[in-house]
Amino acid sequence: MMGKHAQNKALAYSTPLVLIAILALFAGLVTLTGDKALARMAAETLIRVVLVVGLWIFVGNSGIVSFGHAGYMAIGAYCSAWLTLKPQMKSLFLPDLPPWLAQAEWPVLPAAIASGLLAALIALISGAAILRLSGIAASIATFAFLAIVNTVYSNWEGVTGATSSVVGLARYVDQWVALGWAAAAILAANLYANSASGLALRATREDEVAASASGINMYRHRLLSLVISGFFTGVSGALLGHSIGVLNPDSFYLGITFISLAMLVVGGIGSLSGAVVGVLGLSLLIETLVRLEHGVSIGATSVTLPSGAQEILIGIVMILVLILRPSGLMAGKDLQLPRLGKTLQQKQTTTN
Amino acid sequence: MSSAVQLFFDAASLGGIYAMAALGIALIFGVMNLVNFAHGEYIAFCVFALIVPSTEAVAVMFLGKAPAILLIPILLAIGGAAAVASEYVVFRHMRKATPVAMMISSFALGFIIQNALLAVYGGRPKAISLWPDLNTPIALAGAQLPLLQLIVILTTLVVVCALALLLKKTRLGLEMRAAAENFTMARLLGVRANVVITGAFALSGALAAAVALIMATQTGVADVRMGGQIMLVAFIATVIGGLGSLPGAVAAGFLIGAASILLQGFLPLEVRPFRDAFLYTLVIICLLARPQGLFVPSSAKPRI
Repeated sequence: MMGKHAQNKALAYSTPLVLIAILALFAGLVTLTGDKALARMAAETLIRVVLVVGLWIFVGNSGIVSFGHAGYMAIGAYCSAWLTLKPQMKSLFLPDLPPWLAQAEWPVLPAAIASGLLAALIALISGAAILRLSGIAASIATFAFLAIVNTVYSNWEGVTGATSSVVGLARYVDQWVALGWAAAAILAANLYANSASGLALRATREDEVAASASGINMYRHRLLSLVISGFFTGVSGALLGHSIGVLNPDSFYLGITFISLAMLVVGGIGSLSGAVVGVLGLSLLIETLVRLEHGVSIGATSVTLPSGAQEILIGIVMILVLILRPSGLMAGKDLQLPRLGKTLQQKQTTTN
Repeated sequence: MSSAVQLFFDAASLGGIYAMAALGIALIFGVMNLVNFAHGEYIAFCVFALIVPSTEAVAVMFLGKAPAILLIPILLAIGGAAAVASEYVVFRHMRKATPVAMMISSFALGFIIQNALLAVYGGRPKAISLWPDLNTPIALAGAQLPLLQLIVILTTLVVVCALALLLKKTRLGLEMRAAAENFTMARLLGVRANVVITGAFALSGALAAAVALIMATQTGVADVRMGGQIMLVAFIATVIGGLGSLPGAVAAGFLIGAASILLQGFLPLEVRPFRDAFLYTLVIICLLARPQGLFVPSSAKPRI
């Protein structure tokens, strides 16, 4: 018989299994319907899972809201485009690439990993500066970082194509590829959150002063989580590029920052399950609203929402959740397998 | 010589706009620790209030037709009303929420306002002409300046002085300063919390309207996205100036305006498109050097 603490600890590792099972079920059900549009929606949703789980690794554990993650996403997306596009296309549209990059024609998987690594490297460099700040100053500095990335990518004509889009990316990302990366991100997030560094970082989230009095080096743990977070955010950017096939700097700016933060907050910033539930919930809501905007006939009457209603309603949902349930739908709890031999009614203590 | 004068006036007028926007954000932050991301959208909202709702590319003036003496107070009132309304609908219900939750909900509110404007007015930028005479250049100290620049600089000075008087000499101002210092203590001593917060929002909205009038005259364009850029700069100004410090916000607004004009003037031509990247890098460096801000109120020291 394990002690209660050991049991809790073991159960904490069951969270990713539950979450991945839910996502696999979702992808499987969508595939069974055979609907192309639904399959695209599923792929997009699972890419957002990679993004929001990546974001959670930093924001959820450190408690610092980051507005800069769309920047890491852009870095990953463009890196994958540089590595995988056909050399003829690159010489035409991106003439200023260095020769070794212009000739590169990598397979997609190594390219995705390299994109994540580049984003992680930039996260290390930018984080080394930004994370010396704390609280709102840190959040504003991440915003400044996002603006820097956006300015550079919108003006670096010969390397990023500036505001004219980069086209012709291989669209290999379907719901199964995205599911694979989502599973990897969830596993990594869970492993990090339950590691010594993750626990130390959550201690600083709860009380900076008490944590540093206990000998925790806040800066080091924040930086480590930002680097891991940057990796998966970069990968999610690469996946997004290879799912829609077109890259534009403005698709990695305020819009995606807003949506990813909305998902994280609605689901609950305090737990990994919150991040995943938030993505699923808001993605389903967005899909329903998009369909309503196109018009749906129920019986004899047809319902059509005015365009723009989707964004407005999402904003309203987000504010309502923040007012009525400030800690999100999951309220900091994680989904876990039920304890063996006991029922769920015994209140599960949160692992966070 | 004349180019130096030119640069000075460019910097002062751009800085003035930034300073007014930053004041609007700092006022609310001081009173209730809310980083109000919707502020930029108040500005866009006020610009669009000038024209008739339609998705046509050419804007037809609506409020904008009114003579200045009517237009200015009406638009300031509209800005104030929009800000107060957002307080009633959203932030009043979040008095006990954490600053992060309030910040994110203001982000959501800004998103809602922006998309509502998009739905009503369409996404294309519109040409508007509000007081076009103000952009005709006049000669001053050997430089050619649009009259508007002088008006902006004067307006900023008047606004800052009026606000300083309001804060120092009136009961509402006294209560606001007390609330900014220590909100809980101020309430215990009889400061009317809701009156102070509503007042701060009204002032902040009116400042947004003033910025909107200047931007509409200066650029001649109404764009749904026009609030985003200025809001970002205004935020950075409030943080660099020291969160909660009103003089700090004004000073930092002018500082960023000056840095921006100097970078524009002296960067080599090939990197000039990247001006904003340099500007934001300077901002991060400035934050690293003085994370608590350049002008820090005594209340900003963390208490343990």
